Amino acid sequence: MDSMLSLEKVTHYFGGLKAVSNFNLELPDGALYGLIGPNGAGKTTIFNLITGIYTPTEGSIKLMNESIIRKKPYQIVHMGIARTFQNLRIFGSLSVLDNIRISRHYTVGKSKHTGNRKHKESSDLVQTNLFDSFFRTRNYLKAERQITDEAIDLLKLIKLDDVMHEQAKSLPYGKLRKLEIARALATHPSVLLLDEPAAGMNPAEIGELMDLIHFIRDNFKITILLIEHHMKVVMGICEYIKVIDFGETIAEGKPVEVANNPRVIEAYLGKEEGKCS
Amino acid sequence: MSTFFQQLLNGIQLGSIYALIALGYTMVYGIVRLINFAHGDFFMIGAYAAYGLYYALGRLFGAGNPGANYLVLFLLVLGGAMLAGGFAAVTANRVAYKPLRDKPRLSSLITAIGVSMFIEYFFSALPAIGPSFRGFPEVFPKTIIKIGTASVSNYVIIDVAVAATLMVVLTLLVKFSKVGKAMRAVSQDKEAAKLMGINIETIIGVTFLIGGAFAGVAGLLSGLTYPRIFPYMGILPGLKAFIAAVLGGIGNIPGAMLGSYIMGIAETYANAANSLIGEGIAFAILIVVLLIRPQGILGEKTADKI
Amino acid sequence: MGKKIFFISRRMLLFVAGALGMLLLVLFFNATGIFTDYIVQIINISLINVILAVSLNLINGFTGQFSIGHMGFAAVGAYTSATVTTLIAKVTPRLPYTEFININGYIVFILALLLGGIVAAGIGFLIGFPSLRLKGDYLAIITLGFGEIIRTIFNNIDYVGGPRGLLGIPKFSNLIMIFVITLLSVIAIRNLVFSTHGRALLSIRENELASELVGVNTVRYKITAFTIGAFFAGIAGGLQAHLLQIAHPTQYGFLYSILVLIMVYAGGMGSITGSIIAAFALTFLSEGLRTALPGLGDLMHVKIGDEWRMVVYSLLLIIIMLFRTEVLMGMREMKLLVPEEEEHHGQHA
Repeated sequence: MDSMLSLEKVTHYFGGLKAVSNFNLELPDGALYGLIGPNGAGKTTIFNLITGIYTPTEGSIKLMNESIIRKKPYQIVHMGIARTFQNLRIFGSLSVLDNIRISRHYTVGKSKHTGNRKHKESSDLVQTNLFDSFFRTRNYLKAERQITDEAIDLLKLIKLDDVMHEQAKSLPYGKLRKLEIARALATHPSVLLLDEPAAGMNPAEIGELMDLIHFIRDNFKITILLIEHHMKVVMGICEYIKVIDFGETIAEGKPVEVANNPRVIEAYLGKEEGKCS
Repeated sequence: MSTFFQQLLNGIQLGSIYALIALGYTMVYGIVRLINFAHGDFFMIGAYAAYGLYYALGRLFGAGNPGANYLVLFLLVLGGAMLAGGFAAVTANRVAYKPLRDKPRLSSLITAIGVSMFIEYFFSALPAIGPSFRGFPEVFPKTIIKIGTASVSNYVIIDVAVAATLMVVLTLLVKFSKVGKAMRAVSQDKEAAKLMGINIETIIGVTFLIGGAFAGVAGLLSGLTYPRIFPYMGILPGLKAFIAAVLGGIGNIPGAMLGSYIMGIAETYANAANSLIGEGIAFAILIVVLLIRPQGILGEKTADKI
Repeated sequence: MGKKIFFISRRMLLFVAGALGMLLLVLFFNATGIFTDYIVQIINISLINVILAVSLNLINGFTGQFSIGHMGFAAVGAYTSATVTTLIAKVTPRLPYTEFININGYIVFILALLLGGIVAAGIGFLIGFPSLRLKGDYLAIITLGFGEIIRTIFNNIDYVGGPRGLLGIPKFSNLIMIFVITLLSVIAIRNLVFSTHGRALLSIRENELASELVGVNTVRYKITAFTIGAFFAGIAGGLQAHLLQIAHPTQYGFLYSILVLIMVYAGGMGSITGSIIAAFALTFLSEGLRTALPGLGDLMHVKIGDEWRMVVYSLLLIIIMLFRTEVLMGMREMKLLVPEEEEHHGQHA
């Protein structure tokens, strides 16, 4: 199987506490997987390990067979992994458009400019450096225009273009969640990690979100890994689900299989004959 | 050998003064996460209050005359310095810091810088005080005690004894009293403490009061030991005590004491070696600590939740 | 898109033209005696303060770092450039530096200024490193300590006069020179903050972790902000030293750093326009108080010292912090400073 992202025997300690233990994950290209488990099970820690915020104590993490361990978070983004956050981390006082444009920034920072040379991919940008921006060279203006145009196109696709000049923090909660997803998409990822995207949403917004995730997967052809508590979302859109508790995988499989797995039910609801606490 | 011992004593003496200042820094930081830049100025206010009170009482009771009861006089002056420092701290908290409690932390930090500047310049602008140096009176007659080849002034003993007493009282207070427990609760988790029925603002006020009072005492001791006071006298000791608090682990009470003594001793030896090194040693310590162990010697690492 | 004339937009030309117009007006008033040389001198100092405030705004306002030792960089720039020019003035006493028509002298001056800026930038680069591990108040203390260390060092180097200061610096700075350099500095920083790099800096201020996780190399950008900010502070320091003809350790103390900080805060964190206005307003206020307070004292038959000026200043700082929601400009910019293509989606929300 063609694996996009693979985690092998990943273990992570916080001091003496084992937060993630011997975790394995094979994420095929184009997959839409779910990662569930009770609070404190280590789900977000796994995201933090994948995105380079933490370095795993043991194990390997590979994106398209290339190890991403010990890479800086921003380098991992450049390699093609983007994420959203459980607690929103929006650039609040900037405009919605600027939130997106910042994600398209990184191609611009890479030292030498490449002139008008054609790139393989249409998404590649003309590269400029600090001095281009000091002197506002032609190249630079071109790159800026390209960034803006791409950002606007993306906002149109996600249907946030009507608010693109608004200050981000003035948006309603549901749109902020959407904006964070759009911001992650703007980095042109191969793998998108969504950390509880439905948290705090109302049923109507959740319906929209599910449509959006499907839309993104089909339209952008990217692989998605999703942490979610909302069972309707997980069961509704994920093809495959991994359940963890206390840092260990306790079950995995298709949504129906997982939903009927006694260990999963136990982890979420406690043992049936469990003592009252 | 004897100079070594002598310097050690001087270092401990200086460390005691730093410790009294550093405790206020660390307690306030522990509770409201504010580096109270004006804290060094409470130290200065304490020194001036002691100075003023000494002469006022002198007129009344003829202090300075032989036969006066020095201990009573000293304790009165000490009380005055405590009150003045504590009052200044509580006022600064009410007027300048309280309204900014929910604002970004940097706002209160800048306000603290403003308060500090205000106190310093206001004092030096006041005609009664003025910007120039004043000699500090010998509230207690100075005597020299010989221990072997080293000579020790009784001021060393006073400084260390006063500081030690206050530190023991504070430790007991924080450990066992109701207010102390409330202080620890607030520094752990403000919201939870509030839900437990603790009046946060009262506790913050008490913290400022204690911190300011200790700084005031330090002002008196510093006046006695290095008998020169001026409106800007709080800047450098304040900064160094702050660095001592960072060295020990800011927010941590034993840490502040430990850091202060390390700082006092290091500075005394460095000064003896070379005055330029003496001037820079505090910042050198700061930079090393922040780069190697930013949480300080006894501090705990905190991590942002992602 | 506006028409580009040598890559400069029409709006920028208007801005430059407006600024030049004001310069001409000042020169005219000075020539006709409406503005005394004293007022021109205050304008000179205001312009230098504009560079200091805008460059500190880049670090504190745009990037969200917290530096309070900005004058340390200015000191480095001042001492470096002044050492070079005084040395050359000694070696070649026949060059009449003080005449504007003498091109050689001015070339030396410009090069010395640049050198001062570059050395300051080097120090800024080093000071940027603690910012990688430390935030907020800790960073403030480090930068404060840095400023004091710089001062202590200059205070102890005999070659640059030690506590007496570096004296006899040739007077190269004049209104036109300062004006041109200030204008160029403002435009350079404006171009930076309205670019993709500027947005990267802003994203660090807004949320550093999110910034890193949308691909911004936050380490590099924080150091960049410190380096560039320090460069311009160094230039400002050089200009000031060649205006006052002295570089003295006390000139670059904590107080001046705080004054620049007040300018940034009063003008609005992240607003170049605000920093410009605040630099002028506060410089004039400060000078005004210097004359007004003793004047007031004379009226009341009491002597009022310079300390009262600082009392007013510090009260102003406290009041700004207590009551500010959006001081002066907030994050807005005057229209002439906003590039046409950023008209709607700049950060001037």
